[in-house]
Amino acid sequence: MAIQPATLSARGVARRAHGLLLRPEAGVFIVSVVLVLYFQVANANFLTDANLQTLSQFVAAPVIIACGEIMLLICREIDLSVGQVFALAPFVMSDAHAAGLPVVAAILVALLVCALIGLAIGLITIWLEVPSFITTLGMLFLVTGVTLTISRGFPANTPGGPLLTNILGGWGYAEIVWALIAVAIMHVVLRHTRWGLHTVAIGGNLTAAAEAGIAINRIKIGNFVLTSTLGGLAGLLEAFRIGSTDPLAGGSTIMFLGVASGIIGGTALGGGSGTIIGGLVGAILLGVLQDGFTLQGINAFTFDIIIGAAILIAMIANIRIARRRQRGGE
Amino acid sequence: MSDVAEAIRAEALTKRFGSVTALAGVSIALKRGETLGILGDNGAGKSTLIKILTGYHQPDSGQLFVDGKPVRLGSVDEARAFGIECVYQDLALVNGLSVYHNLFLNRELLRPGLLRLLDHAAMRRRAAEALAEIGVNVPSIEIEVGALSGGQRQAIAVARAVCSKARILLLDEPLAAMGAREAQQIIRLIERLKARGDIAIAMIAHNYAQTLEICDRVILMQHGCVTFESATAATSAAELLEIVRREYRQRA
Ligand SMILES: Nc1ncnc2c1ncn2[C@@H]1O[C@H](COP(=O)(O)OP(=O)(O)OP(=O)(O)O)[C@@H](O)[C@H]1O
Ligand SMILES: [Mg+2]
Repeated sequence: MAIQPATLSARGVARRAHGLLLRPEAGVFIVSVVLVLYFQVANANFLTDANLQTLSQFVAAPVIIACGEIMLLICREIDLSVGQVFALAPFVMSDAHAAGLPVVAAILVALLVCALIGLAIGLITIWLEVPSFITTLGMLFLVTGVTLTISRGFPANTPGGPLLTNILGGWGYAEIVWALIAVAIMHVVLRHTRWGLHTVAIGGNLTAAAEAGIAINRIKIGNFVLTSTLGGLAGLLEAFRIGSTDPLAGGSTIMFLGVASGIIGGTALGGGSGTIIGGLVGAILLGVLQDGFTLQGINAFTFDIIIGAAILIAMIANIRIARRRQRGGE
Repeated sequence: MSDVAEAIRAEALTKRFGSVTALAGVSIALKRGETLGILGDNGAGKSTLIKILTGYHQPDSGQLFVDGKPVRLGSVDEARAFGIECVYQDLALVNGLSVYHNLFLNRELLRPGLLRLLDHAAMRRRAAEALAEIGVNVPSIEIEVGALSGGQRQAIAVARAVCSKARILLLDEPLAAMGAREAQQIIRLIERLKARGDIAIAMIAHNYAQTLEICDRVILMQHGCVTFESATAATSAAELLEIVRREYRQRA
């Protein structure tokens, strides 16, 4: 009797628009657009097909990794080792192919191995009650060692015929298409399935989730499996794009880009809230910065300083916006 | 009274947390249509008892019976399958989720189809209906629960258990944070449920007068034991108070 139906009054619309602008990803998106305009004015080559391909490749891998990390951050976990799994996956594929499997089967084997690494992380974290920060820090070194061992420290060529290679990353926009598919699926998972809702509930109030009977362990372990598998997928796509794979590819850099994308896009470090779309927007911002400054021909050392500062500013801005929103944005 | 079916019974439950003995052999029985009040000091073990009945905790020893049959309640879901629902003392609400998501937490409505997607629209509609029906006031069902007042949050928690067609309803201090008017609303709600006649209710409370008003029978818990039991008609707030006082004098 006291429930007012959603009204479409002018005030309601204005309030909703205001709410939308207070969403972290909106601000990040606007900044990205401004940056694109700036880089286009500074360098007419920015909005060309060739550069958009490059830009999309800067964005794709971090966004795929962000999809997993966002799920983990929301339920108050993190995976520091996903960049090492990223490097391992192509070597597992190469070896499985060399052992006689067709390429597609070799890819599936590689993804399965990644999933098992995620399972191991999840089981250790849950059963032995080790913080995932520790579990995955250990796994980071362990997986690097495995990758260096099976590759003997050398790069390897990526197997596969031209069609498959093009679909899996050879074509300039292939990687971003895969990334957008991952974003679409994970957005639906987070917003429109029990899995996603329960992930949010666990991060928001662990006791309440337990009292409601939510299968906390299953969901946390599942999100570890998901993150490792997505990390492997990103590594495979990157290997198909480049045509070869390096044992030191990806690494902590790609992991931090993924985590930073999520946080810039509004995922709370303390858990309980976040969006996949925000992660996409965050990765676009980072990609535009990386690509734009590369195009400007900025010195590599200066480049890292600028990117580092930009990540800091973006994350601080977002945490502040999130706080303001909590305090009285409603 | 023996002709009334027994809903749930616990025999000789014990539960320890490390060195703390929360329950030292508690037996209770609850009949269909009956409302039991559980009184007792802070730390007496009341919430622990309730949490064993909801499958949240497992007892160290003792046996549970539902409808007269021995059962093991290994999880909240298993207890729920017997129609056992609970309003926890901490309310078990997720502040960052909307009112309607909280009302359907872990019993979400799904759209038909293999994808098993959430049916947000149906949950919104049903939540609005349910809250209106039991007279709970919230500004909007879309609002995050964290933005509600303590009493409103409590009403949401009670509404969740009530809407779930519980056969055995356990309430851990359902009136704790409520203003007089809101408390009256919840009491009326409990009375309406009682009138259905088939639901068994156990309610923890600290207010003797309210408890005696609502309940058919009361028990008093002290230090993990049930130390007193009576039909409400046969006792009074004064008697209960006297028992608690006597206990303190003995300990002093
Ligand atoms: N999860 C737990 N871990 C450790 N000790 C616990 C736990 N739950 C309860 N206890 C202890 O068990 C005892 C009984 O607690 P319980 O919550 O059942 O008391 P209560 O009667 O509900 O008290 P109150 O009126 O304050 O809610 C207390 O000493 C408490 O500290
Ligand atoms: Mg209690």
